Amino acid sequence: MTRDVLLKIEGLRIEGRSGDTWTEIVKGVDLTLHKGEVLGLIGESGAGKSTVGLAAMGFARDGCRITGGTIDFDGIDLRRATETQRRGLRGKRIAYVAQSAAASFNPAHRLIDQYCEAPVVHGVMSRDAAAKDAVDLYRRMQLPAPESIGFRYPHQVSGGQLQRAMTAMAMSCRPDLIIFDEPTTALDVTTQIEVLAAIRDIVRQFDTAAIYITHDLAVVAQAADRIKVLLRGEEVEEAETRAMLDAPKEEYTKSLWAVREFQRPELAPAAGTPVVSVRGVTAAYGTVNVLEDISFDIHAGRTVAVVGESGSGKSTAARVITGLLPPSSGAVLFEGTPLPPSLRGRSREQLRQVQMIYQMADTALNPKLRLRELIGRPAQMYLGLKGRALETRVKDLLHLIELDPAVYIDRLPGELSGGQKQRIGIARALAAEPRLIICDEVTSALDQIVQEGILKLLSRLQEEFGLAYMFITHDLATVRAIADDVVVMQRGCVVEQGPKAEMFTPPHAPYTELLLSSVPEMDPDWLTHLLDHRAAAG
Amino acid sequence: MGVAITVILGLAGLFAIAAAGRFAARSTLRGAARRAVNDMPLTAAFGILVIVIYAVVALTAPVLAPFPEREIVGTQFEAWGAEHWLGTDRIGRDMLSRLIYGARNTVGIAFATTALAFVVGSILGIWAALTGGWLDQILSRFVDALMAIPALIFSLLLLTIFGTSVLSLILVIAAVDATRVFRLARAVAQGIVVMDYIEAAKLRGERSWFLIRREILPNAVAPLVAEFGLRFCFVFLAISSLSFLGLGIKPPTADWGSMVRENATLITFGDVTPLLPAGCIALLTVAVNFVVDWQLYRASGLKE
Repeated sequence: MTRDVLLKIEGLRIEGRSGDTWTEIVKGVDLTLHKGEVLGLIGESGAGKSTVGLAAMGFARDGCRITGGTIDFDGIDLRRATETQRRGLRGKRIAYVAQSAAASFNPAHRLIDQYCEAPVVHGVMSRDAAAKDAVDLYRRMQLPAPESIGFRYPHQVSGGQLQRAMTAMAMSCRPDLIIFDEPTTALDVTTQIEVLAAIRDIVRQFDTAAIYITHDLAVVAQAADRIKVLLRGEEVEEAETRAMLDAPKEEYTKSLWAVREFQRPELAPAAGTPVVSVRGVTAAYGTVNVLEDISFDIHAGRTVAVVGESGSGKSTAARVITGLLPPSSGAVLFEGTPLPPSLRGRSREQLRQVQMIYQMADTALNPKLRLRELIGRPAQMYLGLKGRALETRVKDLLHLIELDPAVYIDRLPGELSGGQKQRIGIARALAAEPRLIICDEVTSALDQIVQEGILKLLSRLQEEFGLAYMFITHDLATVRAIADDVVVMQRGCVVEQGPKAEMFTPPHAPYTELLLSSVPEMDPDWLTHLLDHRAAAG
Repeated sequence: MGVAITVILGLAGLFAIAAAGRFAARSTLRGAARRAVNDMPLTAAFGILVIVIYAVVALTAPVLAPFPEREIVGTQFEAWGAEHWLGTDRIGRDMLSRLIYGARNTVGIAFATTALAFVVGSILGIWAALTGGWLDQILSRFVDALMAIPALIFSLLLLTIFGTSVLSLILVIAAVDATRVFRLARAVAQGIVVMDYIEAAKLRGERSWFLIRREILPNAVAPLVAEFGLRFCFVFLAISSLSFLGLGIKPPTADWGSMVRENATLITFGDVTPLLPAGCIALLTVAVNFVVDWQLYRASGLKE
């Protein structure tokens, strides 16, 4: 398959500014893309994937500058081209689909108006023709009610639909190249499949070349013809998708594969009084019931994974346990005795026993407090530590989470990486010496390698202190790695629950089956087979 | 012409001293203070220098001033000369001495007023945002009601009721200004109280006072500081207008605002003396805003 070269990047160097100094963040990357070809660009965050993707449009983000190399798009040198020439290409011949469609759409305009903007500005189509075309593309993207969906505002459609609408919008001028920047990362597994399938189909239908940026190998394997792995601004290796999956050459690439293989040994079935027991809890926001009569137990030294798509009530269950949302009926028992339903009614000792770790460490840590105070405060409050004793305790906790106290104790959260921030969240929970820690999607905002580090840490701490974990997640790979018991939730009800081994072996409840089959596998044919299978069954 | 050149030379001199001071601070300080000084622009150094000079003048006014504040020491409207450097005012009091005492009165009152308005306004605003519900409703609607009355008329009303002592002047202007600060602090805090770290602190069982002081205030400080710079200038204006109406600082006491008015006739004769107190106010407000801009830049993380 020798086709014309569409995009050729050679020796690309990009610098980013921090303070007054410029550091190189892309160090000489080469990239060749043929017409109609899909290239997967993968790597952990900070690898320079997005920066390279944007450079393919001749664009450098604020605080970045392109310092070397050539970017040749179909005979046009994008580095030499004037801004007007580049603007003529963007949206028309090169389009961009951002990670968060919700943040990228203008909330004040209807979808179809935003769709028509690019074709009209570039003079490709009249407004009416573009509107007709939009309906056609919405249909091809398998959006529900394609004739009318364009007349809605961005907040009136779901995340997965929005992402598809954005892809349709990128297609509006029939570009030669689309850059997808983590288009499915923010979505649930079940939604991710739909978006992934729609993207793959439309790129094939129009024979568009694409650069697909992601950190999830299994996802990129479904869509890409070739895969390029980046690490700290340098290329690690590049190969055809199948060759890369079957026989990765470099150590780093192999380590990306290995992440998903971390697994805790199986534990014997739970016995004795559970640490926390949720009994027949129904809870509501206003008059809408978000939890309907749910019950499950969490035992000491064990991890209960609560699984389900967004809106299934997982986080609400956590809010009931912590007392943020008093249930309308039912009770939460702590070691057999009922806890007061509301936060205000609970004693300091009862509060200490249940701690929480949040999904977004960025919003869960006060950005203006130093680690000393962030971690020290629970120890000071609950255990009455002061002065020297408090300082020693904070240092011990930093040791526990594998950060050097001498370096980190006086830092602000903003001076840490994502994974380190999450570790601080863990240390803060540990500082209270609790019996139960609720982990709310703690790894879903992190790269796979960092995720693995966090999961291993949590697992080690559990063995050391006999902690009970309630692990809220939508990622079944994480469940497989760390859970002992699994609770599957859908629309506020518990669909199925039991020990992990039981949950992962058939027969499943229909919803569990759907969730399990939606987890991308390291097989380029997985999506095709799955869709065929579902079509045959449905 | 001579005056203009003197003013320009004077400002240039201040900038030079500020640059030298900044250099000295950079080479002597260590640790966190050093880091703060490192990214300090020259304008901020200038602002700090001016504020320090004003503070010193205000504190040592009796020592610095060649004549007493309220005594008639010469004839009316004397020209600038060896004995009275800046001449005398319309009843023969020494201008320079009154200018120096004015720093004490006007700046002192304006600062105390703004500070009080900010302490009260921001704490109540954050408290309202944090607690929500009926407390928020009561406080916010009360503030709305106060804000519906024109500020000057409301101050006049209050001053007529409570009398025109310096203390009531401070309290009244602070009360009026606190309503504006309250709205700002509440709006800023509403964006902060929804963050997970506030939920985490609530789950920990922290009391409201800790939440306000340690969790919310440090994150709300940037917009509040910016507002402080602006409000400080408006308070000058408020004091001057009240003085003009005879309800502010009472006549024998030197006040920059009323000094401009009292000597305004001199401008007709091409004398710049009445503009000096106005210039002092202008210089201070510019200086305060230079420092505020720098703090804002640091606090908001715009430096990235």
